[in-house]
Amino acid sequence: MTEDTTHGRPSTEVATVGEESYPVPDPGLEPHLPRLTDVDEKAADRATRQVATFFGLVPVLAIGFAVVYFAVPGDAYIDFGPLRANTRNLLLGLTFGLALLFLGVGAVQWARKLMDDREMIDYRHGASSSDDDKTYMLTELNKAANEAQLTRRKIIGRTLIAAIATILLPMVVGLADLGPWPTKKKRAETIERTIWAPGVRVVNDVTFEPIKPENVEIGQLINGEPANLQDLEGSEYQIEKAKAAVIVVRMDPNTITIPPSRETWQIGGILCYSKICTHVGCPISLWEQQTHHLLCPCHQSTFDLGDAGLVVFGPAKRALPQLPIAVDAEGYIVAQRDFLVPPGPSFFERDSRNDFKRGDN
Amino acid sequence: MRLLSSRRRHPAAKALLLVSGLFMMGALYTVIAPPPQVSADTGNSQQIAEGKALFAVGCASCHGLNGEGQVNGPIQGPPLAGVGAAAVDFQVSTGRMPMARPGPQAPVKPNLYSDEEIAALAAYVASLGPGPAIPEPAQFDTANLSAEDLARGGELFRTNCSACHNFEGAGGALPGGKYAPPLIGLDPERIYLAMLTGPQQMPVFDDEVLTPDDKRAIIGYLEALHARPTDGGFGLGGLGPVSEGLWAWIIGLGSLIFFAMWIAAKGAKAK
Repeated sequence: MTEDTTHGRPSTEVATVGEESYPVPDPGLEPHLPRLTDVDEKAADRATRQVATFFGLVPVLAIGFAVVYFAVPGDAYIDFGPLRANTRNLLLGLTFGLALLFLGVGAVQWARKLMDDREMIDYRHGASSSDDDKTYMLTELNKAANEAQLTRRKIIGRTLIAAIATILLPMVVGLADLGPWPTKKKRAETIERTIWAPGVRVVNDVTFEPIKPENVEIGQLINGEPANLQDLEGSEYQIEKAKAAVIVVRMDPNTITIPPSRETWQIGGILCYSKICTHVGCPISLWEQQTHHLLCPCHQSTFDLGDAGLVVFGPAKRALPQLPIAVDAEGYIVAQRDFLVPPGPSFFERDSRNDFKRGDN
Repeated sequence: MRLLSSRRRHPAAKALLLVSGLFMMGALYTVIAPPPQVSADTGNSQQIAEGKALFAVGCASCHGLNGEGQVNGPIQGPPLAGVGAAAVDFQVSTGRMPMARPGPQAPVKPNLYSDEEIAALAAYVASLGPGPAIPEPAQFDTANLSAEDLARGGELFRTNCSACHNFEGAGGALPGGKYAPPLIGLDPERIYLAMLTGPQQMPVFDDEVLTPDDKRAIIGYLEALHARPTDGGFGLGGLGPVSEGLWAWIIGLGSLIFFAMWIAAKGAKAK
């Protein structure tokens, strides 16, 4: 509350609106009525006792918390039918929670029953300083600049500004360390390729068991990885696993559409696709074997694996990249080559002209 | 006894004696007779014939009189040659088949077939074409799994199953009114059969690619996961902080509303 504001009366700085513009006149504050505790000393005493009881329970509960912390063993449990709770955690929560609750309840009861409850109005005033204050401030600033010799020896101020501006440069340059510089060459050997190569076996994820085509039934789904993933370790393993993950599915060749250019990419209806959604890169293996639809759980992009992996629903814009597969001399499924297009989500420099589109052959 | 002896020439006595004698014989037979051999035996032509008769009544309207399937028209059913006895056992014993009405997915409902009838149906369908057989109990026995096996089962589950069934096997929604059912508290054989046969939209995970050991590890992992106590509340499918958050939002914030109302309420006035 500032000096120039008075209870109940707007100060001169308030932007007041003419009363004619309101269809209903301002009724003002309703008249104050005393509470029971204001007029009846016994009621006030009772309210005092209530508040004091709530406040008085807080130390009891706080000490109870400390006792429980050290006294109750950590492996005891209480069963409440479907719920099961650690005894110590439950008691710690109850004591501390109730202590906080009682502190609040006591304070609210105090404010409601005993504190003065007459309503007051403080009107807002303008936020800008007075002209006097502004002039004073400017004079003080100029005085300080003079005293620091900034006005006479201007070179100091100018070099200081240059110094502060350039001190940020090392920090900005340091940001270049956050990752490899995305040149065309760098992209070609990182995000635009995977470790799939001619003759690399498609193996089961987790077990790394190679797959024979005769063991893949119609309707089967295999979460696959390249066999050479096992040679990698650490972050390199994680990065390559994330990019190279594939799903192998077998569908009845008579019920699906295989474009002529991809006739040689499959083995009797066994097709291999990237497992990484082309929208934002979630791994997808939610495949419906009867509809041949592969649904991404993140944003419901749906790809038709029976139709070259084209998008049939959802925000994804590009078909799921297909991996050409063949059979090696020992009868296991191998990759013919790496993906023709970079698998996974879009990135700024990605060339999307080579992606398979509806109507391509 | 007098009561009985005096009525021994009653006109109904002969008939009653006959009925009670038959009842006694029947009761005795059910007690001492050996339990019938229940298994789908493709070599048993009588069982296959029984199965064919049952098939004509319960299944043929969608799957065709000889299990050839119907792929056109309002009532469709896939061809059954090659699905094997395992698929029949799974679908019929869980009540999914026969479906009560066409729909996006066959729901689980009480099964009205006896074990003999299911075995006969399975034998008939298995005779249509080679397919997976019903697994031996040892294949889904999870008693002797080590902690390492369970960890591997967990990894396999999260890689192959969690996309549809949720990472705790709580089930999930699929497009077009279909759904992946929850896997909590299921018979291990049922889970094994489902992986083996790929019912409805579920892909097949056959024994060559996901070996019986892998399947056993997955089942063991699910059992271990669901035997774990859910401390502090309902698990809600292991959705992580969501279950706690749900309590905090509904119970916690809900009660705060009452506090807000109490604080702002005008109390009783003196006049």
